[in-house]
Amino acid sequence: MKKYDAIVIGAGHNGLTNAAYLAKAGLDVLVLEKNPYIGGATVSRSLYEGWTYSNCSYVCSLFRPEIYRDLELARYGLQIIPYEGGITFMKNGDYFGNYADDERHHREIARHSKRDANAYHRYTADVSRQTRLIRPFMMRTPPDPTSFKPRDVMELIYIIKTYWDLGEEILYDTIRFWTMSVGDFLDEYFESSIIKAHLAGAGIIGTALGVYSPGTAYVLLHHYMGDVDGTIGAWGFARGGMGSIAKALADAFQSFGGEIKVDAGVDKILVSNGRVKGVVLENGDEYHANTVVSNLDPKRTFLKIMEEKDLPADVVKKAKNFKIRGSSGKLNISLDGMPSFYAIPKDHELLKADFHFIDSMERMERAYDDWKNGTWSKDPYLDTLIPTQVDPTMAPPGKHMMTIFVQYCPPKVEGKDWTDEQRDAFGKTVIDQISEYSPDFKDLILHAEIRTPREMENEVGLTEGNIFHGELTMDQLLFNRPFPGYAQYRGPVKGMYMSGSGTHPGGGVMGAPGANSAKEILRDLRRKNTVPEAFSDE
Amino acid sequence: MTVREADKRVLQTPFHSRTSALCETNLWSPWKAYTVVDCYSVLTNEYFAIRNATAVFDLTPMTKYRITGKDGLAYLDKLMTRKMGKLSPGRVMYSVWCNDLGHVLDDGTVFHLKENHWRLCSQERHLDWLLATAMGFDVDIDDETDDVTGLAVQGPTSCQTLKTMNLQGVENLKPFQLKYFPFDGTELMVSRTGFTGDLGYELWIAPAHAETLWDALFAAGKPYGILPIGTHALDIVRIEAGFIQAGVDFVPALEVVRAGRGRSPFELGLDWLVQFDKPVFNGRKALLEEKEKGSRYRFVRLDVEGNKPANESFIYNGKKEIVGHVTSATWSPSAKMNIALASLDMPWGRTDDEIYTEVYYNRELQWNRLMARCRVVGGAFFDPPRRRKTPPLNY
Repeated sequence: MKKYDAIVIGAGHNGLTNAAYLAKAGLDVLVLEKNPYIGGATVSRSLYEGWTYSNCSYVCSLFRPEIYRDLELARYGLQIIPYEGGITFMKNGDYFGNYADDERHHREIARHSKRDANAYHRYTADVSRQTRLIRPFMMRTPPDPTSFKPRDVMELIYIIKTYWDLGEEILYDTIRFWTMSVGDFLDEYFESSIIKAHLAGAGIIGTALGVYSPGTAYVLLHHYMGDVDGTIGAWGFARGGMGSIAKALADAFQSFGGEIKVDAGVDKILVSNGRVKGVVLENGDEYHANTVVSNLDPKRTFLKIMEEKDLPADVVKKAKNFKIRGSSGKLNISLDGMPSFYAIPKDHELLKADFHFIDSMERMERAYDDWKNGTWSKDPYLDTLIPTQVDPTMAPPGKHMMTIFVQYCPPKVEGKDWTDEQRDAFGKTVIDQISEYSPDFKDLILHAEIRTPREMENEVGLTEGNIFHGELTMDQLLFNRPFPGYAQYRGPVKGMYMSGSGTHPGGGVMGAPGANSAKEILRDLRRKNTVPEAFSDE
Repeated sequence: MTVREADKRVLQTPFHSRTSALCETNLWSPWKAYTVVDCYSVLTNEYFAIRNATAVFDLTPMTKYRITGKDGLAYLDKLMTRKMGKLSPGRVMYSVWCNDLGHVLDDGTVFHLKENHWRLCSQERHLDWLLATAMGFDVDIDDETDDVTGLAVQGPTSCQTLKTMNLQGVENLKPFQLKYFPFDGTELMVSRTGFTGDLGYELWIAPAHAETLWDALFAAGKPYGILPIGTHALDIVRIEAGFIQAGVDFVPALEVVRAGRGRSPFELGLDWLVQFDKPVFNGRKALLEEKEKGSRYRFVRLDVEGNKPANESFIYNGKKEIVGHVTSATWSPSAKMNIALASLDMPWGRTDDEIYTEVYYNRELQWNRLMARCRVVGGAFFDPPRRRKTPPLNY
């Protein structure tokens, strides 16, 4: 039987990035995917004829431009188109529009609060300072603070120096920022509840925490640290849907001689004498390699596809305690036309970006209360986009596709598994909320895909439907991600590695975990590094 | 005091009523006699209209010459470095033309409109040279810049937009082909040409019909993401396509004052446009000599390390000697590369040469400098297959 140099489990964007860099270094690499299609949560599928959905992830900012350029993804047809705008509709019939242009933005905030319009500049400078600190670490392996290896010590010194260079004030700010709630953070800048509500969304997306839970300020930062063409904090659409990213990565991987097998769910990672020797599929087929990379989340990796007896007890315990609570659902909708909204003229440019229907942090906190009570939010926070206003490829001309990210939606309803009726009721809650602001939305719906954490776990393989492969809180970030002592992509068994969003620097369609992991693997194999250095922001 | 229209510093194109209504920024620049929009609203949106949907650019100020007469083809063959024999009616050809020193006067496109009727489009004005070359040929040459107006309609959904405008059969136009369509009681000429390196067309019509054309086009393009674009967005895409621009990437030979400023087609990377297998053309002798003796400069497309555009940078070799300069540079949002066009002293610019650009950038009022390694690239930086496909895909 053929033996590969490396096997990567899971054809999500990080698995493919990892595999591409291993193959680029000359390794013979096999990627195994359980679904009949690749992409994981970076996927485009057609479920209604003529329409394409970005079924899971739906917008792109974090994907590392170094990888995009180095793997020549543009040659494989990938186009990321930045969008600007954004709007939060208010109960009283008004709205807040989020213009990218400074002056227009100032004018719009001033409609709600003149002081906030000016405070926004202070807010942007402070957030920019924090993003500048964190961005250089995205394409670096976190140091182990307990290690005395020269490499770890040097990396720690590098981190300290980066902070030191910014002046001592920043240290105070950073420690507060990384631990405080997005609500408290925004309260320090703004008085208008609509401005705060609009900005607070980024602090809770994908997270089982409320706007006043400590740690959510970092989640906001996580959504601001990406960029499109150098504009930090900008977001964009992948032309053709998010699956275009996976497709381009797969093409790049295959151009280096890599092989992908779909319909190939891995049952177990094979371990013998304390080192990996390959995998066995659910259908019994075996594939052998001395390097096995799991792109699955930490719980799935250590508790499902590895035998407890092959692992240190400590790792099993950490995997069991790993925080990966599902908090969100998703609706993908085919629309017969562009919906109109009471608050603004039809086809308004603000609608070309994300829109929301919750106008105070108090309502957001109430939405979280529902989740804590084991049910979906009755007045949810929605992150809604209609990408087809920009992307002509995903629906017929004049028709539209809508993607709705819903916060909050629990992995189980009052402790019990979801039923189909409950799923539909969840979908109805979301549609009803939008209909309060749009007279024709309901009538335009041709097809809707409703996804609760149950669907995301069963179809994509995200434990509890957690979109980040584990929560982005300080106890699970940097050298603690996924667990202390295992943050450098190496698993507890020789030859076993991790490449998914459960590793540093975390979730989002970023590619950095996959690339950083490839760098460590190539280092262990004494191969020439193929992973590019990060661009400098300076 | 009122200024008479003809005395104004800049003139308005026949599309002005439409372009000015849409220009939110009020950012305009003169282009030859006319004022044109630099950016209507948001630069990135205009850029991505070209690469993602349908973009419309007012081409009115482009210099245009009407060439008629039975010797037209022979005349063009003498004028151009490229063989014009294959240019049958309904076809368009890109070429350069040179003075007797073999230096490029300009680059442009020749449209064979109808039997014995051509149009030459260029950036600069050349009537004097065109007439000088016409001696001995039975041709008439006239400046028709103000008699014909044009719109570039470019981008992946541009063909669908034109089909929706009821231009039947437009999808069958191959690159560098042109066709007439009845429109508004006159003739609308459509050519599959452009300055974007993408799928795209150019629409040409008499100025009296300009507004009607604009309105019909924008009505048809609405479901296809149509957007007007200014010169700033166009400049990014033409660099991505690797296209040179007179006055930016080379000095038109007619205007050269200082020694060594002129450039031959070889020195602009346009070797493929020089066809010595025709006996006579302007500059042939000098170009033949250059081909034997070697050129002074090399024009290259560069992939510049990092993400800071290398505008107005010097180029150095490994020994830190200046060996050339960047003529155009930008970050390419479609190729996701930091790209530049550059003129280098011979022999620099070979594939394996170690060369660097000196990049200057400003961060919070502080200037910084870095040396970025460059890699010489062959072909366009961004070259989507849809550019050549006939009939085009729907997007």
